[in-house]
Amino acid sequence: MRNLVAVPVILLSVILQSAVISRVYLLSGIGDLPLVMLAAWSLQEEVDSAWHWATATGLLVGFISGLPLVVPITGYLAIVLLARIFQRRVWQAPLLAMFSITFLGTILVSVLSLGVLRFVGVPLPISDVLGLLTLPSVLLNMLLAIPVYAVMRDLARWVYPTPEVE
Amino acid sequence: MALALGGYFSSASNVFTGSLVNVQAWFSARFVALQDFFTSPRDLASLRQRNAELEGEIAELQAQVIQLQQEVGETEILAALVDFSRARSENSYKAAAVIGRDPSPFLHYVIINVGSNDGILRGMPVVTNQGLIGRVDAVIADAARVELITDPASSVNVRLQNAETEASLVGSVTGDVTLELIPQDINVQPGDLVLTSGLGGGYPPDLIIGQVVNVRSRDFDLFQQATVQPVVDFNRLEIVLVIVNFKPVDIAPLLPAP
Repeated sequence: MRNLVAVPVILLSVILQSAVISRVYLLSGIGDLPLVMLAAWSLQEEVDSAWHWATATGLLVGFISGLPLVVPITGYLAIVLLARIFQRRVWQAPLLAMFSITFLGTILVSVLSLGVLRFVGVPLPISDVLGLLTLPSVLLNMLLAIPVYAVMRDLARWVYPTPEVE
Repeated sequence: MALALGGYFSSASNVFTGSLVNVQAWFSARFVALQDFFTSPRDLASLRQRNAELEGEIAELQAQVIQLQQEVGETEILAALVDFSRARSENSYKAAAVIGRDPSPFLHYVIINVGSNDGILRGMPVVTNQGLIGRVDAVIADAARVELITDPASSVNVRLQNAETEASLVGSVTGDVTLELIPQDINVQPGDLVLTSGLGGGYPPDLIIGQVVNVRSRDFDLFQQATVQPVVDFNRLEIVLVIVNFKPVDIAPLLPAP
């Protein structure tokens, strides 16, 4: 039953991404709400379903987007992997971990998209992509990171209530 | 009585009535002041209530004004689209609203709210009343994804109206569109109109795309390049038209294998 909460949350994040966030440009970059949402969810200690969330989100984004399906699925699974690694190492500073994962994850997904699109024959100049797309996207995702982390932390506490110790 | 009727008492009468009016005015003013003093708390409360009601009405009316302005804007767009479709009666159109954009910043796609249930097929061109915006890339029952001409993977065969030459229009990751493969011996000028040529069968001919902004011609290049300013504002796409009677031709089998 706990996993059912993934359905509305993932749907809402992808709908918001397509309908709202994708229209807010900084140079050529846009925010990536599903990425930030997954990073925040994976950082919650009690959450054990982050891999399923990443797969479902990747499938849904791949369905909507013109990107090859391998990019969102691999990218989002890599975000969860990064989050799990950071969670164990910087567990005392979750916001620092959140920012680090958002920064690295955005670059990772960007590089992955660039590589796959160039592989399938789309002419993308690397300098333009890095300067006009990746860096602005990193900044926008950083701005999204704090509110999304707060929402996902509250959601995790609601879905996985901590038993009271007497 | 005769003296009074003759007007001999008029001055005395004026003095008397004037004094009477003044005294009555004085009393009346004091009475009204006292009445206000005693009744003002009740009026204040009712005024506050009335004020709140009116503020509520103002807020409601402002919301209505915003909604009506939005409807007027949509109506204007639809009227322009209807004019466009009447002017080009050889094509059949299906109007659609843009409901989203591609989640990836690498791609320039929009999502529209018509799909295979409305007769939309992959490859159908999509336009606005201003000009070409792209073509349908993927379709599901109630929605379709449209590849814009600004997409880095997009390539449109075009012709320059004034120069009477053909070229290829390509998109980019920044959303700029560029003309490539313009022969060196062709004189291209800023302001030249760019239209679809219809070559390749991907788009119908003579759809307006934009104007040449500047030309880059170097002696050692095989071809000239030109930057094009599209006539459509791709950041403000709301309602578009899909040309439903155009069947794109797939010439891939005719091309020589690499």
